[in-house]
Formats: sequence, structure tokens, C-alpha cells
Amino acid sequence: MGSFNLGKMTLGSMFKKPETIQYPAQTRFVPVGLKGHVAIDMQVCILCGICMKRCTTSAITVDKPARIWEIDRFRCVQCGYCIAECPKDCLFMEPSYAPAATAKSIEVFEKPAEELDEAAEEAQAAKEAEKAARVKAALEAKAAREAQKAKDDPAEAPKTARA
Amino acid sequence: MGKASVIPFGPQHPVLPEPLHLDLVVEDETVIEAIPQIGFVHRGLEKLVETRDFNQFIYVAERICGICAFGHSLGYAETVEQLMQVEVPKRAEYLRVIWHEMSRIHSHLLWMGLAADAFGFESLFMHCWRLRERVLDLFEATTGGRVILSVVKVGGVARDITDDMFRKIQDTLNGIKGEYGQICKTFLNDYSVKNRTVGVGVIDEEAARSQCMVGPFARASNVNNDIRIFGNGAYGELDGFEPILDTQGDCYARVKVRALEVLQSIEIVNELIGKIPAGEVAVEMKGAPADGAEAASVLEQPRGECYYYARGNGTKYLERMRMRTPTSQNIAGMTTALAGCDLADVNMIVLTIDPCISCTER
Ligand code: SF4
Ligand code: SF4
Repeated sequence: MGSFNLGKMTLGSMFKKPETIQYPAQTRFVPVGLKGHVAIDMQVCILCGICMKRCTTSAITVDKPARIWEIDRFRCVQCGYCIAECPKDCLFMEPSYAPAATAKSIEVFEKPAEELDEAAEEAQAAKEAEKAARVKAALEAKAAREAQKAKDDPAEAPKTARA
Repeated sequence: MGKASVIPFGPQHPVLPEPLHLDLVVEDETVIEAIPQIGFVHRGLEKLVETRDFNQFIYVAERICGICAFGHSLGYAETVEQLMQVEVPKRAEYLRVIWHEMSRIHSHLLWMGLAADAFGFESLFMHCWRLRERVLDLFEATTGGRVILSVVKVGGVARDITDDMFRKIQDTLNGIKGEYGQICKTFLNDYSVKNRTVGVGVIDEEAARSQCMVGPFARASNVNNDIRIFGNGAYGELDGFEPILDTQGDCYARVKVRALEVLQSIEIVNELIGKIPAGEVAVEMKGAPADGAEAASVLEQPRGECYYYARGNGTKYLERMRMRTPTSQNIAGMTTALAGCDLADVNMIVLTIDPCISCTER
């Protein structure tokens, strides 16, 4: 009889490990790649705004001049499209769910200022090095030209050397 | 004969979480006619295709319905791939079908639980849902989501499954077979269940055909309309797929068809895992659907055949996306089955078509 079978199964489950857990005292095992919430590494982000354009629910706002990246966790549906599209791979999915809240809010991430200085300094240094190299090359070329000239006209040579 | 009166059923009704409204014209205890009304959860998702590009819309498509979520994203992706004439890697096709069959298992288990709940068999309901959790755990481990998987993308799938995980899927699915068998025995042999299902809401084959019924609802009336026999995607790689049919056309036959389909889906998953080829799981999508390009495809959802149609306009936004969902096909059959039934059987009959009103209204 069908219900006899089921009765056995139901009685059996009285002696098995419970199927449910005592949340929040116990929490579930978290599988790899669980879609919890979107996180960002602001050090790497270049504020290109691609994630903002791709987001299906317009949850992300990127303000390049103000150097901020914002996400409205109440709009985000954890589809992962922004993560797949980010050119710098600085977005990723964290397994923990965004906590419940009583009011809607937007989470703001700022691109760190010291990073700006460092980056700017680096860029500046690179620019200066490049400029110096260009000047050096120009001087060398000039010197070569002068040397050529001096060969042609020996009277000019000492003057150039002094200069 | 008493005087006819109208009893409203839904859109909020304890037996059915779906917002379906029926005006039941009853005479004494007999339903003479059932007049259905839908439109309580229309969200305009088809219109949204105009403001979401074809890659983004897949996340909208899978939110059409919470139970056939994977199926809708699959059907949409297949249609857009046809529209753009993109060939999907073989491995991606296999993975899609594996997930789709797992969705069928979870959908049918959910339905069986709801059916048990509808005739008041609470412990059976709990056991069905307990087994369903195992499938949801597999989804969580392979895709990161339990219900909304967001794993299909246009051009392939977003994630691969490792061999270890395949073994785990097989172990879990084969592991639930024993307990599932016990549940099936209860559904099919228990006299208290049979009292509620045998001979209730009979639809013969001719009526099923003339009402264009789809899915297990039609297959219980011996209409062989399982889209999987067309062999789209990896279904073509199966060794001899045979749809499950029954000739009785009553609620019992519908329960039986679904109960056996779960075992069939487990076999399909096992077979495909044994055969899956190695390789890429997605191709890069470039460009946009051509202006005026049209594509249509069909997919066997847990509830039946779902038809998808898409038209491009040369931009990355589609001109039109249309879905004809299985429940919208089955409502006519449901009203036929309801005519002449006992008032107490209405909930069983409505449930055995496995209505999904959110799909129907989109
Ligand atoms: S796409 Fe990536 S790099 Fe660009 S703004 Fe977004 S997070 Fe930053
Ligand atoms: S996960 Fe999806 S919804 Fe959430 S921010 Fe990214 S693109 Fe937007």
C-alpha cells in the first residue's frame, strides 16, 4: 500500500539528521561561486563606465570626474552581466547576500586618493622621462649636426663646443 | 436541477498560488461552466525587449516565471542565436539540456508536492519538496543560484561543469530515485489519492487535439506532442527518446505522466553526462540581429511546448519578442475538463494542468 510505504519513510525521517538547520545559529555550506552580491576592487577599476551601460537594471552609476562607483543593491538582481563585461576584471561576486534593510540606500565606493597621487606621479614621471629622452635625442642630433658643420667649417667649431 | 449560481474561484485561492480567476457556474454541486479570467500579473515583459539589448534581455526572459526560469532563458537564447545565425558549441548544448532536464525534475517535484497539498496529503507534500531541495542544491553548486540561474547567455553558457560536479549530479539524482520511487507508489497506488484522481476531469484524445493542449496535460490524453523528439540541441544526441503517454486522460493519468517523466529526465541527464564532449562552452557574439531578420523556435518546457518568436531591426535591440507559453494553450482544455465536474474536484483539475499564470501573462 502506498501510504504504508510513505509512513515508513516518514517514520524513518524521525531518526535521520534533520533536513532543516537552526538558522541563524547554524548557517549553510556556501558553494563556490554562489551569487550573493557584487563587489568591486576600486584599486583596479578605471571608472570606464562599461558596467553602468551594461547593467540590466541600471543599478550601477559611475561618476568619473567625482571618481565614484555606486551600486543600488535593491535594484541589482545578481545577473553577473557587469562582471562578465568589466574590461579590468575588477568586479566579482561575493557569496554573502546583501543584508536586509528598512530603507533603500545606495552603496558608494570612492577610488582612493593616494592611488590618484601615485598614478599621477607615475604618469608624470613617465612623461618627464619621455621628455628628457626626447631632449637628449634632439641634443645629440644637434651635436652631430654641429660636428658635421664644424668639419665643413673649422672656424666655427670652438664656439659650438663652448656653447 | 437547482438554480444555476456563480461561485468565484481565485485570483486568491488557498489551493493555487497563481492568480487565476474562474467564474464557476454551478448547479447544485456540479460545475456547468467555468469562465476563466487572467490578467492579474501582467508585467509587460515582452515590451521591455525594446529597451534592453539582446544580451540583457536574457535576464528579463528568465524572470518571466520562477519555475521554468531556466527554460525561458534557454528558449530565448536559442531564438536569438537562430536570428543571428550563430552556432553554439556542442558542450554548451549538452550543458543546457542537462540543466533543462534538472529544471524539469524540480518543476515536476514542485507540482507533485502542490498536488499532494491540494488533496490534503501534507506529509507527501513535504517529501516531494524535500527531494526537490536536492535538485536546487545541485543548481546552487553548479550555477550559483537556486531558482534564477542566469547561466545561459546568447552564444552558449556562462559556466562549465567539472567532471567532479558531474559525478555529484549523477550521485544525487540516482540517490533520490529510491525515495522518489516510494513517493510515486503513494501517488499511484494509495487509495485515498486514487479517490481524488481516477476518472476526474477526463479529456479524450480528440478533445485534447481540438483544444490544442500541450505538455503532460495532453500526453495524458495520448497526444504525442513532446517537442523533445524533434531533437533540438543535445536532445538529438539521445539514443531513442520516447515520450511518456497515457490513454486515460484523467487526473490520475496526468499525475502518472509527470511522475514517470521525472525518472525519464534522470535517465536523460545520466546519458548526456556520459556522452558530453570536451571543448568551449560559449562563442563570442558580435554585431546585432539584421534588420527584418526573423526566427522562431520551440522548446519543451516542464509544462509543455513553448513557442518563441523574435524579429531584429539592425540594432542591438530586438524589434519584437514573443512567447506563447504552455499554460495559455492549456486554459481551453482546463475549462473543458471543468465542465460537468464536481465542485470538490475543481482544485484537482485546475492543478493537474499545472497552471503557470505568470508565464501566461508575462
Ligand atoms: S567596467 Fe570595471 S573598470 Fe569599468 S567602471 Fe565598471 S568596474 Fe570599473
Ligand atoms: S549583477 Fe546584474 S543587476 Fe547587478 S549590478 Fe551587475 S549587471 Fe547590474
